[in-house]
Amino acid sequence: MSSAVASTPEQKSAVHAPAAATLTLSYAQAAALALSEAMDADRNVVALGEDLGRGGVFGQYRGADGRPLVERFGPQRVIDTPISESTIMGAGVGMALAGLRPVVELRVADFALCAIDELVNQAAKNRFMFGGQGRVPLVARLPIGIWTASAAQHSQSFEAWFAHVPGLVVVAPATPPDNYGLLHSALASGDPVVFMEHKELWSLQGQVTPGAAQHVPLGKAHCVRAGSDITLVSWSKQVHAVTEAAERLAAQGVSAEVIDLRTIWPWDQQAVLESAGRTGRLLVVHESIQAAGFGGEVAATVAEHSSARVARLGAPRIPVGYAQSLENVARIGADQVVAAALRLLQR
Amino acid sequence: MNDLLSLYRTMVRIRAFEDAAERASQGGVQIWGQSAAPDAEPALVKGPLHLSTGQEAVAAGVCAHLHARDLLTSTHRGHGHTLAKGADSTRMMCELFGRATGYNKGKGGSMHIADFSVGMLGANGVVTAGLPIAVGAAHALKLRGEDAIAVCFFGDGAINRGPFLEALNWAQIYQLPVLFVCEDNQISATTRSAPMTAGTQAASARAQALGIAATPVDGNDVLAVSAAAAELIAGIRAGSGPRLLHALTYRHKGHVSVDPAHYRDPAEVAAALLTDPITRARELLAARGQAEAAAQVLAQAQAEIAAAVAAAKAAPVPLAEEAYQDIATTGQGVWA
Repeated sequence: MSSAVASTPEQKSAVHAPAAATLTLSYAQAAALALSEAMDADRNVVALGEDLGRGGVFGQYRGADGRPLVERFGPQRVIDTPISESTIMGAGVGMALAGLRPVVELRVADFALCAIDELVNQAAKNRFMFGGQGRVPLVARLPIGIWTASAAQHSQSFEAWFAHVPGLVVVAPATPPDNYGLLHSALASGDPVVFMEHKELWSLQGQVTPGAAQHVPLGKAHCVRAGSDITLVSWSKQVHAVTEAAERLAAQGVSAEVIDLRTIWPWDQQAVLESAGRTGRLLVVHESIQAAGFGGEVAATVAEHSSARVARLGAPRIPVGYAQSLENVARIGADQVVAAALRLLQR
Repeated sequence: MNDLLSLYRTMVRIRAFEDAAERASQGGVQIWGQSAAPDAEPALVKGPLHLSTGQEAVAAGVCAHLHARDLLTSTHRGHGHTLAKGADSTRMMCELFGRATGYNKGKGGSMHIADFSVGMLGANGVVTAGLPIAVGAAHALKLRGEDAIAVCFFGDGAINRGPFLEALNWAQIYQLPVLFVCEDNQISATTRSAPMTAGTQAASARAQALGIAATPVDGNDVLAVSAAAAELIAGIRAGSGPRLLHALTYRHKGHVSVDPAHYRDPAEVAAALLTDPITRARELLAARGQAEAAAQVLAQAQAEIAAAVAAAKAAPVPLAEEAYQDIATTGQGVWA
């Protein structure tokens, strides 16, 4: 494929291959597949960020064949940038206003704080502040989460910060098919999307069936496991610990329903309220810090709209430590989920 | 058109706009610890109003060489840039008055004035924020192969924020079609810039350190600004890569319209007023035998702005429901 980007709108409608067979892909490869399909379909889709030329710092810009996407799309569309977070994000805003659909890579969410003005004051506010004159179809990929021994500045999960900002969509996929499907929907949304992938999920394998049928709608939760005694709501990597906890609870005779929110904003209130209304108990679990976390928003909403009893489980309000013994204090494991669920059931 | 009379027209339209906005902003506002006079009529233009009075030659001289397809980002002091880029004064004034018929439907006001239809991508409430956006726009223009450039106005205060360095570096490494215009009014809000800024001719020197050619110009000499901008813009259109124009000017008013700027030495202000770009252009026109034409242009500008004010006063305010519109399509109508 030529590296030149043409402006002709006719070229936007590249023909897709018919629905392919199901593939076994990692969480990272699933996103790369969605991005490369979007780049095939629309020449205005570009990606920019640090180290993209060698496939991204986590290999998330490499295809399933292991080759960096830049080899296919050229350095003008898979853009290696300087370490300039403010301008990576700010240039993304300018690109979006001038007709491109940028995917902005921020390396880790912690570094995105260097681009907070560009994300919160510029990308998120643009459409409203200028009275709808323009839109910012930008996807900002902000890898989140504890990543073994990465300490305080490479381990944070900020979904609650961005959920607080009108104008931003916030997504946190837990599985390879959802990473594929949600990235497609994020790219198609036309709004600025904060797309938060978990750094300890990159190698997680899953089944992905390429095609529009697997484009996961934004704002739609996924019921991972049906149950009748308690509703466990979670997202991102924590979904897996919660699912394990639900299995252990089942062994103790407790039927737990597990809901993966997938989109943090706009979140699927309907699915959560329906489930909590049925089970009468809601426990929200997230890896990020419990205090002022998004779990508080979910729990409060359920408490306001139903008679369900609610509880939250998140990390203590401490920076993530380097030594394993310290890091473990910040992690939420299945044991803690089981214990919190049993406490709630006894209330 | 960039003959002196048309440059003069742009400048007096800006001046008339700023003067009218300034008048409409007096009254029921509080700023700098001062309370509004208890008997004051509520101001028609509320909130911070940053006037470019005295700096008109920079906007006029640069924008004379731009087309509607060229993209522009501006600062919190952006009325002049917006008018010079081709926006309609009535829709601008409506925006300042917070009316539904304003460019931003009353959602942005003075600090976010914009007319995307003429390539004016917005004033900005955050110092330096326009630079990364402008280089991104220039990047898109280059990748899409469009016959257009981006221009970015910023103040002397902006060069002390990190995104200034990032954006200039970015523009240079990707060789983007962008003109950076430092509108150097020598003051950062209410503090003189010189003691806050390392180096001399700092905007130019910092650009040159990145290999970006910088051109200093008397920003109160509209012909000089226009000539310098013409050359730089022609070069950028021909593929020179980024350039910087460093225009030295003076802000006649305070940081905001109700700031009397008593922190400045009256002698400095008096001296600066002698270099007023509009007076200089008018004298030059008179010397060229165009005094009558200049007077006519001035009268037209004042009539235009008076009509804009009248229209803004009569225009409807936005419906409260509009507060929920233009935010995001995703999830819209589900919950706010």
